[in-house]
Amino acid sequence: MSIRKLLGKNDTAQCHRLHEPDQALHIEDLTVAYEGKPVLWDIDINIPPGVMAAIIGPNGAGKSTLIKAVLGLVRPTAGHICIHGHPPAESLRRIAYVPQRSAVDWDFPTTVLDVVMMGRYAHLGWFRWPGRRERRHAMEALESVGMAELSHRQISQLSGGQQQRVFLARAMVQDADVYFLDEPMAGVDATTEKTVVRLLQELRDAGKTVIVVHHDLQTVRDYFDWLVILNVRVVAQGRVPEVYTGENLRRAYGGRIALIDSGTGEDSSGAVAREASR
Amino acid sequence: MIASFFLQPVAMILLTGALVAAAGALVGTFLVLQRNSMLSDAISHSIVFGIVVVWLLTHAQSGPVQILGAALTGVLTVFLTELVAGTRRVKRDAAIGLVFPALFAAGVLLLNLYARDVHIDTHTVLLGEIGFVWLDTMMLGSLELPQAVVWMSVVTLANLIYVLMFYKELKLATFDPQLAAALGFAPTALFYVLLALTSTTAVAAFDAVGAVLFIAFVIVPPATAYLLTDRLSLMLVYSVLIGVASSLSGYPVAVMFDVSVGGTMAAMTGVFFLLAFLLGPRHGLLGREWQRRRGE
Repeated sequence: MSIRKLLGKNDTAQCHRLHEPDQALHIEDLTVAYEGKPVLWDIDINIPPGVMAAIIGPNGAGKSTLIKAVLGLVRPTAGHICIHGHPPAESLRRIAYVPQRSAVDWDFPTTVLDVVMMGRYAHLGWFRWPGRRERRHAMEALESVGMAELSHRQISQLSGGQQQRVFLARAMVQDADVYFLDEPMAGVDATTEKTVVRLLQELRDAGKTVIVVHHDLQTVRDYFDWLVILNVRVVAQGRVPEVYTGENLRRAYGGRIALIDSGTGEDSSGAVAREASR
Repeated sequence: MIASFFLQPVAMILLTGALVAAAGALVGTFLVLQRNSMLSDAISHSIVFGIVVVWLLTHAQSGPVQILGAALTGVLTVFLTELVAGTRRVKRDAAIGLVFPALFAAGVLLLNLYARDVHIDTHTVLLGEIGFVWLDTMMLGSLELPQAVVWMSVVTLANLIYVLMFYKELKLATFDPQLAAALGFAPTALFYVLLALTSTTAVAAFDAVGAVLFIAFVIVPPATAYLLTDRLSLMLVYSVLIGVASSLSGYPVAVMFDVSVGGTMAAMTGVFFLLAFLLGPRHGLLGREWQRRRGE
């Protein structure tokens, strides 16, 4: 089978021993280093099922690396990761992934419908070609993101927002339990952002877990109910009202943040954060 | 009847040229889309090292051992390149440039030291001699066939089977390697097999067109097809057709001007590229102009 499966042969036992099968995502003692320089240091994370979680942190905090480690795209130096009590390599069909838009070549000779159908490949497995059923799934997903009439467009003709919606449709046809999205709201128009948020919230309301690397501190409280603040280590994690505090943000972002008190007279949990100097 | 067809020099030259073009286009399409075109350059040079080493060990100049040796050398080239690039002291393109000349030089050195009287000489290594492919024959059952035709048919078939069997997986791994890895489709393994096939194609095509002209057949027809279509499946088909057309049209031109046959075939790929560049419906200069005017 896959090399990843061979390397991860001990993970099952660990996942069971840790007794955290109730968590959608359970990470323990995770360290990832590039050339001896730690990008993530001794991370413990628990995200319960059925929440919409944001991962925030300054540039270089290791947000994307965290997702890549969960998906097996980078190899951790230490630690283990469980998705619903199983190592990720054993739960390929339960995980959907939306990479950053810049991760792919949008001049690739293919159509919108084709890209969305790629989301069904995990269910098809090796050798089987997508057929009518996959096409129907893909069309339904394209309809829900408002892109049905563009299904036969070549992908290079799409705007940034349309590209993001295609990626979202592709994740939806994966029909997973846990969705990982890397900055899905970066550089998209307001309509797309609304569509993305609405669809992600619908997924959450259907009992799925949605985990989003997010860059816009101002919308955290509006969109998400769970929050992980990261800066190489975990600064704070938990429900948004408890974790989204001025103190936590300052600990993560240091001087790179401006806190504007919203004037409720309460403590800094009512603060609106704006990341400065980006 | 069939037997006499395989002994006709012109038919064999055209057939060999067409097979080189088809086999090259099949792997080349994915290399071009992965922005790894120049790996074909690296591979086609470093297999000289493999060819000489295999010759020194077994005295086989072609055939299955040579093809296996080439596949290993190609994979070795890419592996060494990734190793050098992995140190992050040099960029990947420079790593390619460090590895393949070293292997190529080692091959030429070994050739000069230990294999002076073999027919592999530096000129053949670079340009090949497709005009003489019909001289080197072998028996397949009762049929006498040119060696180049036999081995080129084998590798063309291997490439075709690989691309058809793993079409969906190759497409995903080329477009979005991260998702491919996340879904368990082993993009790295697919990539190495593709490069191993590129190497076997290069060694089989070696006698016919040499290391340098081979690159033209791997890169130019896919680059041309890319200008003509927005579908991967059509890009594969067009690449093969353009490559074959280049080979077939190259021969009479070469005869007319009494110049290198392989060279003219490769030059024809350039002519087709230029035509697509100027006249292509969507990406061509004229097509763009037309679309612009219509849009006004």
